[in-house]
Amino acid sequence: MADASAKQVLFEPIINNNPIALQILGICSALAVTTSMSVTLVMAASVIAVTAFSNLAVSLVRTQIPNSIRIIVQMTIIASLVIVVDQLLKAYAYEISKQLSVFVGLIITNCIVMGRAEGFAMKNGPWLSFLDGIGNGLGYSVLLLVVAFFRELLGSGSLMGFTLMPVVNEGGWYVPNGLLLLPPSAFFIIGLIIWGLRAWKPEQVEAADYKMSRHKTKEAF
Amino acid sequence: MEHYISLILKAVFVENMALAFFLGMCTFLAISKKIEAASGLGIAVVVVLTITVPVNNLIYNNILREGALDWAGLAEVDLSFLGLLTYIGVIAALVQIMEMVLDKFIPALYAALGVFLPLITVNCAILGASLFMVERDYTFGESLVYGFGAGVGWALAILALAGIREKLKYSDVPEGLRGLGITFITVGLMSLGFMSFSGISL
Repeated sequence: MADASAKQVLFEPIINNNPIALQILGICSALAVTTSMSVTLVMAASVIAVTAFSNLAVSLVRTQIPNSIRIIVQMTIIASLVIVVDQLLKAYAYEISKQLSVFVGLIITNCIVMGRAEGFAMKNGPWLSFLDGIGNGLGYSVLLLVVAFFRELLGSGSLMGFTLMPVVNEGGWYVPNGLLLLPPSAFFIIGLIIWGLRAWKPEQVEAADYKMSRHKTKEAF
Repeated sequence: MEHYISLILKAVFVENMALAFFLGMCTFLAISKKIEAASGLGIAVVVVLTITVPVNNLIYNNILREGALDWAGLAEVDLSFLGLLTYIGVIAALVQIMEMVLDKFIPALYAALGVFLPLITVNCAILGASLFMVERDYTFGESLVYGFGAGVGWALAILALAGIREKLKYSDVPEGLRGLGITFITVGLMSLGFMSFSGISL
């Protein structure tokens, strides 16, 4: 990947190599925060910032890190960045930081951050690593925002807190689908998104473990 | 005693780490193809959670919390912003120590847990449990019980998923949904099932 162009590094992870849909990274901390768009936006921005800057920092010190303790070094860098983000949120967006509760802290163990630091930033220069961080952060954010869009629109009839479809309880016509505010719906939506993505890009389909063989003999009747 | 039993039931079923809070999802989806692997990982998570949550609880209550350093004459010092860095450091160090101790004294268990121990450091369920413990202000005894319960709940969920996936691989799934897609939908259905436990309390 050393000769990959900057543009490729930046845009590849959004659709062709999406961290959530294809690499199975970073699903952990994300799904619980997708019930409303505004909270999701804050979460996405935090993840992009942490991924980009941790990639940058790891890449800058990559030649100095002894191989045996590299995980601890990466962990320390990431944890420090997350503390900065956490304190900033508490200072300037206290309400939202309350809603995110423990999930800001869980960016530390978000596999995207760790995975990109280990898999990309340890082998590439600072500029490319920074772009890779932004690209993967964006890929994650896009998927998250799509999930949040459906959950907020259909679950409570609003987007970013503005009411689009007035719900029945307040004298409107829309009967909200309560399931979409509950945890299981996030899994269904992501499963369906993956299905859609793979129908569009068939090269992402996984090989079957087990194939059904055709009938070789005639049925008895 | 009743209080602890209710806490454990809540941690295992009602607030299941994997199915209600989506924690530890990466490993949950990646290592659930085979039952043996899933049970190894499950046991490792139970062990690590039962140790790390109480240890982090002691550190939080005696060093980091506001006013905890009173005995050293530093009553106003509030170190709680260092929490994240400390918890992850403690988890990483404990996992490393456990690995060495197991390797030396219980090689059979070490071989069974194998690659899963280092993986656990970056499992969000572990860090998540510590953060929940801080947020809910558990005492030492409660944190011990909560850590164990959360671990058991997670292990139960991954074992169930592995069982389903072992059967699922023989079924005829639409092409684009194969693998990851159908796993997500299965987990969603399991999560729906676990929601029926909500409201149970002793």
